[in-house]
Amino acid sequence: MAREIMYRDALREAIDEEMARDKTVFIIGEGIAERGGSYKVTEGLLDKYGPKRVRDTPIAEAGMIGVGVGAAIAGARPIVEILYIDFAMLGMDMIVNQAAKFRLMTGGDGRVPFIMRTQGGTGGGVAAQHSQSLEAMFYHIPGLKVVMPSTPSDAKGLLKYALRQPDPVMFLEHKHLYMTKGMVPDGEHIIAFGKGDIKRPGKDVTVIAWSNMVPRTLEAAEKLAAEGIEVEVIDPRTLVPLDKEMILTSVAKTNRAVIVQEAVRRGGVASDIASIIQEEAFYHLDAPIEIVAGLNIPIPFNLELEKASVPQVDDIVAAVKRSLHAKPVAIAAE
Amino acid sequence: MSAQTHKANAPSRELLEKLFRTAYKIRVFETEGIKLYRQGLIRGYFHPYLGQEGIATGVCAALKEGDYIASTHRGHGHCIAWGADVNRMVAELLQKESGYCRGYGGSMHIADISVGNLGANGIVGAGTPLGVGAALAAQIKGSDAVTVTFTTDGASNNGTFLESLNLAAIWNLAFVLVIENNQYAVSTRIEESTREVDLYKRGLSIGVESYQVDGNDPLAVYNLTQEAVEKCRRGEGPILIEAKTYRHMGHHVNDPGKYMPAEKLAYYKDRDPVDRARNALVEMAGIDATEIEAIENEIKQEFEAAVEFSKASREISISEFHDFVAAY
Repeated sequence: MAREIMYRDALREAIDEEMARDKTVFIIGEGIAERGGSYKVTEGLLDKYGPKRVRDTPIAEAGMIGVGVGAAIAGARPIVEILYIDFAMLGMDMIVNQAAKFRLMTGGDGRVPFIMRTQGGTGGGVAAQHSQSLEAMFYHIPGLKVVMPSTPSDAKGLLKYALRQPDPVMFLEHKHLYMTKGMVPDGEHIIAFGKGDIKRPGKDVTVIAWSNMVPRTLEAAEKLAAEGIEVEVIDPRTLVPLDKEMILTSVAKTNRAVIVQEAVRRGGVASDIASIIQEEAFYHLDAPIEIVAGLNIPIPFNLELEKASVPQVDDIVAAVKRSLHAKPVAIAAE
Repeated sequence: MSAQTHKANAPSRELLEKLFRTAYKIRVFETEGIKLYRQGLIRGYFHPYLGQEGIATGVCAALKEGDYIASTHRGHGHCIAWGADVNRMVAELLQKESGYCRGYGGSMHIADISVGNLGANGIVGAGTPLGVGAALAAQIKGSDAVTVTFTTDGASNNGTFLESLNLAAIWNLAFVLVIENNQYAVSTRIEESTREVDLYKRGLSIGVESYQVDGNDPLAVYNLTQEAVEKCRRGEGPILIEAKTYRHMGHHVNDPGKYMPAEKLAYYKDRDPVDRARNALVEMAGIDATEIEAIENEIKQEFEAAVEFSKASREISISEFHDFVAAY
């Protein structure tokens, strides 16, 4: 059986169930206790688990992330909620130099089951310091897991898994997704990292997207279907570890790949996935890999400009068509 | 909550001997370690704890099993005072598989989480939030463990110093922050780094009970820490301790420390923490020179044996390395 619930409720269920199961799980963040969080993810948890395990913090991101990392090293399971991914930049030393390094530096004995939950992306004119998509910064750092759920079901299953595995997790939500609805299975629902999900099967073009670009890509797929073009939409769900097999298998089938990311084009995860495809599936490709990404700029406040800064449905549709209509270059036989 | 000087009240011979053994062991480790470095057997960075031995020695003697420590880039002394195996420490510095981190960490990253050593740290100031985190974990688990973070005057000007000590304060954590004020941030004098050189006052400003102690007096450090730790176990933490001290040399082995004035160095060498631990043992416990010599020889031999152990140890193989990192 399954129920239709919102993304934010799915996240809450995951935290609630894991807090009930494991007494070392706790959550700290700004306004998450009595107020229940800016996106209502932690609503009700203070009443249920008390002020020891559900705590508000001062506005001190480096301190709270560092304290979470320390608690994880010492054997607890902290969730540190950072209001905006933009603010996580204040805690980068603790994420990059401490959490990500500890396991290797200790020769494998030290583990850091630290979870940072935060949200990114554009949404309704919150401007340049509250709109970034910064997954590539974490993707680049060996030792971190990077999770970007696009549906309530994935959000719940992946967060529950995060709370049972031993490594630091950057759990990156999207501000546009909290109120979206989806079916979530009843009972214990856990999704392991490194397993992508085919959000829509198709035979003509593989489109890889994550986070809020998944619903946008599905919308594009719907439009394309009306024109008889069947795209396969793949959501890796976790960028680290990345389900390469699913991507390569799909590309081998469709011979065409489009990668969609909200983040800026330069130095992005899409570029890395493109390099993996060209390296491991080059001879399957019938067209250049298309990347649809944000412009290489800070996000402007003006709503029309904000929209123009990140991929829209029509951009995805156009990229799929470019991919489909690219002419293979004939190679002369020796 | 002003600066206090703590007087020893009839310390036992056992305690005095422990303090001397620890301080001397650190002294030997660093002095002999520098020789190994000069011989090219130790690579990378080596930040000696020479001159500061009294602090780790006194603090760790006041802790018990189950407690946590977090250390600095100058961390050998903290590990030794915490009871680390000298074999595994030397082996780590010699990048051997038998080292604490199997050769993956080196001098600045020795840690042993199995006994609550959260590790040395290559980032100045990082141990403070990590230590507060361990104290938070202990509180959530309902344990009576106390966490001590050793930090430095240099780190006290870093933002995480305030952020994390403040978190410890609002949550009443069993956390003791020990500032080893050796008066230099690498080569920059403390007077150039801050207007207020008595760093314990930083704690007072956010409502943290704070003390100052002569870091070159192991017994005074022990007595003060003992009180601080007891308060923490009673739920009256956190506590800040500023221990004044001075390095015997530059920031690391390859820093001649020319910026350290000769008179000031001489002043602190006259108050050498190892000598003071030895004198306390002689004067207060009535131990004679023969016994002292026996202890010193035992410690030197332990170090020599550790060097032999380490030289005989193998390095991690490339295939083991590949197996280990496959999960990344």
